[in-house]
Amino acid sequence: MTFSPQLEEIFAKMLQQYPEGRTRSAVVPMLIYAQDEVGSVNRELIEEVARRCKVTPLQVDEVVGYYSMLHRKPMGKYHVQVCTNISCLLVGGEELYESAKKKLGIGHKQVTADGQFSLEEVECMGACSWAPAVEINYDFHHFVTPEKLNQLIDSLKRAQ
Amino acid sequence: MAKQLFNQPSPLETMVLSKRFALEGSETLDVYLKNDGFKAFLKAKEMTPEAIIDEVKASALRGRGGAGFPTGLKWSFVPRTSPKPRVIVVNADESEPGTCKDRLLIEYDPHQMIEGILIAGLAVDAHVGYVYIRGEYRYLIEKMDRAIAEAYSKGYLGNNVAGTGWKFDLYTHSGAGAYECGEETALLDSLEGKRGIPRMKPPFPAVAGAWGLPTLLNNVETFSAIPPIIRDGGAAFAALGTPKNGGTRLVCISGHVNKPGVYELPLGFPMMKAIDEVAGGIPGGRKLKAVVPGGSSCPILTASECDIPMDYDTLAKIGSMLGSGGMVVLDETTDMVRFALRIMRFYQHESCGWCIPCREGTTWLRKILQRFYEGHGRREDISLLGELSKNMLGRTFCALGDAAAMPTISIVEKFTEDFERYLARETVAV
Amino acid sequence: MAELVKLNINGREIQAEKGALLIEVARQNGIEVPAFCYHEDYTLQAACRMCLVEIEKTPKLQVGCTTPVAEGMVVHTESDVVKKARKGTLEFLLTNHPLDCPVCDKGGECELQDMVFRYGAGESRFVERKHHVDEKQWSPVVFFDAPRCILCYRCVRACNEGMGVGALGIGNRGVISEIVPNQGDHLECDECGACIDICPVGALTSGSYRYQTRPWEMDHVGTICTHCADGCKTTLGVRVDKIVRGNNRDRSGINNEFLCVKGRYAFDFVEHPERLQSPMLKTAKGHEPISWSKAISLIANKFGETVLAGGKFGVVGSNHTTNEENFFLAKFAREGLGTKNIDHHRTGDLATFFDALSGKPDSLASSGDLYNVKAVLVVGSDLAQQHPFLSFQIRANFRHHNAHVYAVTSGPVREDNQAIASVRVQKGGELAGVESQRDKLKAEVNLVIVFGDAIQGDALRKLVAFGDSLGIPVKYVCLVDYSNSRGAFDMGVLPRDGGLSREQVLAAADLDVLWVVGANPLKNAALASKKAFVVVQDLFLSETAQQADIVLPAASAYEKSGTVTNVCGEVQKLKAAAKVMGTKTDLEIFGLLAKEMGLNLGIWLPDKVFEEIRKTVHGYNVPLPIVATGGAAPTMPLNGRVAALPGSIASANDTLFTSGSLSKYSNVLNAVMESPGKLYGGEGK
Ligand SMILES: Cc1cc2nc3c(=O)[nH]c(=O)nc-3n(C[C@H](O)[C@H](O)[C@H](O)COP(=O)(O)O)c2cc1C
Ligand code: SF4
Ligand code: SF4
Ligand code: SF4
Ligand code: SF4
Ligand code: FES
Repeated sequence: MTFSPQLEEIFAKMLQQYPEGRTRSAVVPMLIYAQDEVGSVNRELIEEVARRCKVTPLQVDEVVGYYSMLHRKPMGKYHVQVCTNISCLLVGGEELYESAKKKLGIGHKQVTADGQFSLEEVECMGACSWAPAVEINYDFHHFVTPEKLNQLIDSLKRAQ
Repeated sequence: MAKQLFNQPSPLETMVLSKRFALEGSETLDVYLKNDGFKAFLKAKEMTPEAIIDEVKASALRGRGGAGFPTGLKWSFVPRTSPKPRVIVVNADESEPGTCKDRLLIEYDPHQMIEGILIAGLAVDAHVGYVYIRGEYRYLIEKMDRAIAEAYSKGYLGNNVAGTGWKFDLYTHSGAGAYECGEETALLDSLEGKRGIPRMKPPFPAVAGAWGLPTLLNNVETFSAIPPIIRDGGAAFAALGTPKNGGTRLVCISGHVNKPGVYELPLGFPMMKAIDEVAGGIPGGRKLKAVVPGGSSCPILTASECDIPMDYDTLAKIGSMLGSGGMVVLDETTDMVRFALRIMRFYQHESCGWCIPCREGTTWLRKILQRFYEGHGRREDISLLGELSKNMLGRTFCALGDAAAMPTISIVEKFTEDFERYLARETVAV
Repeated sequence: MAELVKLNINGREIQAEKGALLIEVARQNGIEVPAFCYHEDYTLQAACRMCLVEIEKTPKLQVGCTTPVAEGMVVHTESDVVKKARKGTLEFLLTNHPLDCPVCDKGGECELQDMVFRYGAGESRFVERKHHVDEKQWSPVVFFDAPRCILCYRCVRACNEGMGVGALGIGNRGVISEIVPNQGDHLECDECGACIDICPVGALTSGSYRYQTRPWEMDHVGTICTHCADGCKTTLGVRVDKIVRGNNRDRSGINNEFLCVKGRYAFDFVEHPERLQSPMLKTAKGHEPISWSKAISLIANKFGETVLAGGKFGVVGSNHTTNEENFFLAKFAREGLGTKNIDHHRTGDLATFFDALSGKPDSLASSGDLYNVKAVLVVGSDLAQQHPFLSFQIRANFRHHNAHVYAVTSGPVREDNQAIASVRVQKGGELAGVESQRDKLKAEVNLVIVFGDAIQGDALRKLVAFGDSLGIPVKYVCLVDYSNSRGAFDMGVLPRDGGLSREQVLAAADLDVLWVVGANPLKNAALASKKAFVVVQDLFLSETAQQADIVLPAASAYEKSGTVTNVCGEVQKLKAAAKVMGTKTDLEIFGLLAKEMGLNLGIWLPDKVFEEIRKTVHGYNVPLPIVATGGAAPTMPLNGRVAALPGSIASANDTLFTSGSLSKYSNVLNAVMESPGKLYGGEGK
């Protein structure tokens, strides 16, 4: 399996930064960076990461199931993550999530038919004092209201 | 135009760690150097490791990650003369609900944290460090990587730190979504490329941590507090707070307040003043119902318990904790059943699954709370919630089990009437 | 000597080794501390939280499985808090457990069932819905039922640490965590079933045993595996003369809980439809059944005529028949038939081995030595494939005692994961590879050298000379292939004093009689003599049996008593577990033939023959009680020079999933044969 030159560069650095013989340490970061490019963690990627990190595919597979950001099925081009944990809950996080469901017509960890959007109700993502918070891919949005989120989604749709 | 911050500072703050936040370019090494940067490191370089640790002890700094363990003492546990090389790990997993401060320290002042790490390196004779950052903070990992690259290029990391001939390498490491990886030993397993399952203690990380090497692990804020401590002396830092509770800390105020935000307040700062004055009080003039004092893992306080100074010892005395600095304010309109359910959904989702009481306990509790919330509660569920939580308490493999049990016990015990109200409603049989 | 400490458990003063685990100390003193995840052979988990105990002056309950005992410790294991905690944990556990004991294979020997019975969770307060997942089949022998799994991780550790395979892992997180196989949806592994055996509940079940019977409906017969030479004890679960299960749960054998796929599952050849059940005579129409008396008299007549005529006999004995049978056969050949032409398929150079070690009484390693010795050198063998139990012993030694392992082999071997030195050599270059480790080996405290058939003749003498030159105590294991290869040699099924070897017999154009007992020499060779009368005793119509004039249906090792000697020279007792209609044991066949021929070769009862063996065979004067009670008695045949023998020596190089001619008749082995020879990456150093 080959990745983009940029990613290969990141991986090359990654594999060097741990003590001698500890390439297994790169498993988690390698998976998440690769997922961003490949779209999901499939069997081929598992085997590739295993090969590069010198572990068994099972050892990689175990990790994939554990971390909630790693997905075995592709998410949308824009992965909308709405926090409903306590700080967000108190200021409308759940209502925001409900409205996002309606707007996108999909539920938790589902993908729109055109593959553009996916939705996930997530746990606290460290934006509590600027709640309710949404993260789209890796971009944070603070003090989000249903209206703001709808606009955001519309602008992403238009950007295509 | 003034720099756009996450939230406007409050005049009531004591800005020690956050004093550069508002400066244009505060994340750059140049700005850092112009504003006291690396003075502490150069000073520490002239000190003995013992003297550095003594200074940290004198500051009465306690870990800002949640457990509040005295930092100087922790540093003194690392076997500095072990034949095995030592490793420094920064806990930037920041996942405790209600907590969002480490993010700012890295975003606005990464070099302060780097300097703190380097000083720790001097104190325990370590030459390599890893910043474990939660996967959701990808933008922050990128910022941290840029800061590290800048420090390397200007000689503040690498083979000749600040021209002293001393060597230190620093790297970032991304998580991938797991609250449990904030627990220090689970973090180490994750750093080693495994599932984030906590480890048995002893051995403590100080003796056998990452890759079996002696490891010093602290929170982002803990490391960030080191440069001011060394620069101005431990005593000066300690004096900002109350006895045994040195310095300031970044308090993340969220929930029902007019001006939520992260504010740097000295330890011992009155809780009500923080709510009413720093955070601008509760919107709409509503009344306070409860406060989560330091992240979702802490037993919740009723309004009447909140007239206290915020320090570790006072909170412990009233049966709660200062935790991670995540202070969540709940007004009178809050439904505590819904709140308890949301907390338990979190812990169930984040339980690593290793041990029975936490894995099954959080699930059972969540199911009861869910049923209760959906209107199918039974009277006996109220006591069952408490009893099951107590069956978890103190019996799990790591502190996550306790973290799930404690808030639940406090909510069912202190806010029983919220549960009663559900029972009084028209209900459908299960 | 380790330091001792005094502690108090439940009011009793107890002395124990400092640092010993509390759970062990309690158990050794008859105080039961319940646990699911704790297993003395494997790493500590502290996951099930069943072993919580109260220790005075400690605020929280502590887990007994990871707490070392200390001087002055005061422990309570039956206080109210402890009982309540246990009950609470069990209650949690049962919330996600289907409690379908009546249809569960484990019912009756389930640790969870026992635990609930003893420590009680009483009426469940759980009224919510349980999480359901369908049962999965992972391999021909391994099935997994996730809801029953209590996540004790014993299977994961048994596979990883014990087997060195690492085929099982943990998937997902939290309450949906589950055990996962290495290939995503199926297993590719040793198929040893260790995971199934070690599972305290009915989550992992065996393809061959599923839904066959209930534990209490079986008889348990402890006998010795009939496949490789390692001599594992296997306890066969027998229901009305039918073997339905093999395991070693009582851990009474040298192999402790270990068994490989063959020992655990490959008993099914016993019931194979092609099993011979009547003597047969070759006619123009092919083989036709005849009666036992007819067959015996035909053979006896032919044998008698040939003896009288001074004709040429060739006798080929077996690697699988008992010592008693081998002894009797050798005697039959020499005294009854007057021939020296007796041999068997030799798979290791024991003649040179015993000769080279002559006068060195302490140089034969026992299987236990492999677990206790400080250093092990493996030369020219892939133990995980051919000697799974020896390989297991070495891994256990590495895990528990940090043994230094050296591997000098032609390809990668599983021992590489434990080895401090792995040396790759061309076939024939083994000695040079061994020599390259001289300095390190000299510095070891003691050493066991395990070597395969690449080391024979001169090379073997050189290897022993190398061992001598190290200046440390060295013991050896000369590898041979099958369950009684060693016994066949020791009992003298050999062309001694100028007899013809197996090859020479087959090549002799003037051979009059070929008598083959439990062997298949014509599988890859032709019989030169056109006139030879061929008699074959076997379980199946093998390539050799197909050419026989008379075929006699023999009982297998699982259908007879007697003794066998394993690769380390340990004598163990077989116990009959099953009975196949129409067959006779080889010993009985010999006896009947001798009687028919009017020969006086002694009584042909196994015990009587063994008595004679103890008196007459070098090194076999072993203590009877050890053997009689199912123990392994070491033999000491190193008391004299051994003459060289004609003929070749070659291992059949079986894999984990083959067993000479037998594997063809084991459905289990055929089913799992997909990936023999594969190396697995269990956790190493
Ligand atoms: C379930 C759990 C989650 C935790 N999450 C974090 C975290 O996100 N960040 C953090 O710094 N400490 C976290 N901790 C605390 C760490 O285990 C550890 O005590 C801390 O990082 C040590 O650093 P300090 O002494 O500087 O606080 C967590 C602890 C537990 C039990
Ligand atoms: S308490 Fe147990 S199950 Fe929960 S997170 Fe800790 S180790 Fe995992
Ligand atoms: S090798 Fe043995 S223990 Fe491992 S999965 Fe296969 S059958 Fe189970
Ligand atoms: S399958 Fe059995 S041995 Fe494996 S974890 Fe589950 S209960 Fe334990
Ligand atoms: S290792 Fe050998 S003796 Fe043991 S069970 Fe396997 S085949 Fe039988
Ligand atoms: S609770 Fe939503 S970001 Fe913290």
